[in-house]
Amino acid sequence: MSQKVKINTITFHAFCLVFSLTALYPILWLISSSFKESSQVFVNSYSLIPDAIHLDNYIRGWQGFGGNTFGLFFRNTFFVVILSTVGVLLSCSFIAYGFARVKFKFKKFWFMTVILTLMFPAQLVIIPQFIIFHSIHWTNTFLPLIVPSYLGGAFFIFLNMQFIRTIPYELDESAQLDGCSRFQIYYQMILPLIKPALITSAIFEFYWSWDNFFAALLYLSSPKLFTISVALKLFSDPGSQTDWGAMFAMASLSLVPPILMFFIFQKYIVEGISTTGLKG
Amino acid sequence: MEKAKEKLSTRFSKDFGGYIYILPWIIGFLTLTLIPFLCLLYFAFTEYDLLSAPKFIGLENFKNIFTQDEKFFTSMYVTFEYVAVAVPLRLLVALMVAMLLNRKRKMIGFYRTVFYIPSIIGGSIAVAIMWGNLFSRDGALNSVLKVIFGINPNISWIGDPRTALLSLILLAVWQFGSPMLIFLAGLKNIPTLYYEAATVDGANSIQKFFKITIPLLTPIIFFNLIMQMINGFMVFTQGLVITNGGPLDRTLFYQIYVYRKGFEQFDMGYAAALSCIMFLIILIFTAMIFRSSSSWVHYESKVE
Repeated sequence: MSQKVKINTITFHAFCLVFSLTALYPILWLISSSFKESSQVFVNSYSLIPDAIHLDNYIRGWQGFGGNTFGLFFRNTFFVVILSTVGVLLSCSFIAYGFARVKFKFKKFWFMTVILTLMFPAQLVIIPQFIIFHSIHWTNTFLPLIVPSYLGGAFFIFLNMQFIRTIPYELDESAQLDGCSRFQIYYQMILPLIKPALITSAIFEFYWSWDNFFAALLYLSSPKLFTISVALKLFSDPGSQTDWGAMFAMASLSLVPPILMFFIFQKYIVEGISTTGLKG
Repeated sequence: MEKAKEKLSTRFSKDFGGYIYILPWIIGFLTLTLIPFLCLLYFAFTEYDLLSAPKFIGLENFKNIFTQDEKFFTSMYVTFEYVAVAVPLRLLVALMVAMLLNRKRKMIGFYRTVFYIPSIIGGSIAVAIMWGNLFSRDGALNSVLKVIFGINPNISWIGDPRTALLSLILLAVWQFGSPMLIFLAGLKNIPTLYYEAATVDGANSIQKFFKITIPLLTPIIFFNLIMQMINGFMVFTQGLVITNGGPLDRTLFYQIYVYRKGFEQFDMGYAAALSCIMFLIILIFTAMIFRSSSSWVHYESKVE
């Protein structure tokens, strides 16, 4: 290795390490602060090392507020997240198969609606959506957070289509010759082949649903139904003096499932973003 | 007769059988997007507080917005400022880091993972709360500045009208992971042959960057630009949780203003009118980027 290459390598790693530290510092800070004594959080606040591990932040935080513990908020969140992930898995591959493999009239038109919806910022229609859900008495229930995922999201349909398109059509034809119906082709052949796309879809839905704040804020008004994001927001609201230690403890806890998911399924996340070229 | 009937039914199944598969989408598109959108257009011309029936008032909402609503202009200005700075900055950082990682070195996988983690949790309330505390007066940022550089700005970054928006822009830039991954995938698709040929012709690395990398990446830049811009206009959560629109409305994002009008003051008609204006703005900007694309987006010709 020549001198120049060596220097290049060192500069590269030095730069990347500094950058890594910048990227991770805020998260590490949050976690370490959650173990500090509440009164110590903002003394030498740069420090990532607590004097001692204090777990009482977690115990105090877990009590939640208004008689509802964070156990309940976590349970609500998991309930919404799991049901909407199932919804995405059921609906999107099915719809994508229809678009990718089945011929029917006006397909181009319907596909256009998928692409347009993909670019359409859903937040813009939050007001009429709220009014509609309100008029059918779905407010203050989990339904507005769950049911839409059973009707197929544009992003997931697109993602699954991209995968189905890579499967050679000859496979469908030979399955057809063997007497498979269209649904059998979908269920027995396509579904197993697009497993990576299904996993990617499930992960992204998990994330979006886990982080979903706006909808949860609008639709869930009774504290019994709060998901983590709304609970954390109200926990931090001014009024009473904020217990930062407890706050940081619960915030850290709420990051555990997404980060865990990331380390288990990293490969699928990277692939999902790269194949669709869409944001995650 | 039987035969004709059978033919008709197979004909029907051939033309419309596929609708079984896309039926959930059609229902979803109509009930979650199209009908709400048409309702939005209608409500924009009404006065509606959720309790009594909407009352048609013509252009009244729009007239009020443009003639006597200072907050409308403030929030519009703040949002544009945010989009104009945060979106290009985030894309630039994403592209630079992607370029850096697009090589065969040890630990590339590790760095890529680390750089992506902020994006994974970026939308969560936990991160918003964390950011607010990092940038507070006693927060870690001031503390780090004091220890490393010996300066003590002694301001609350999120509480000072001069720096509040900047703090939120930095939060957006910190989450550069998704566009980075998209750029990385694009960079990997550029044949190394091009770079080798350029080296033979004596091009230096700056020339290679501007003559090969950038032109071949323009379709991806174009796509990222549109999606990030649309998302940028919709910024909401961070401004609501970290600064609650303040101080002095310096982070009063458009969506926060819509939220306040609609769900705090229950002026649904007015909020709908505000949303319609934002829809038009996004439409115009998207169309402008699309139209400009023919002059700067380079598509590889299919003919070889």
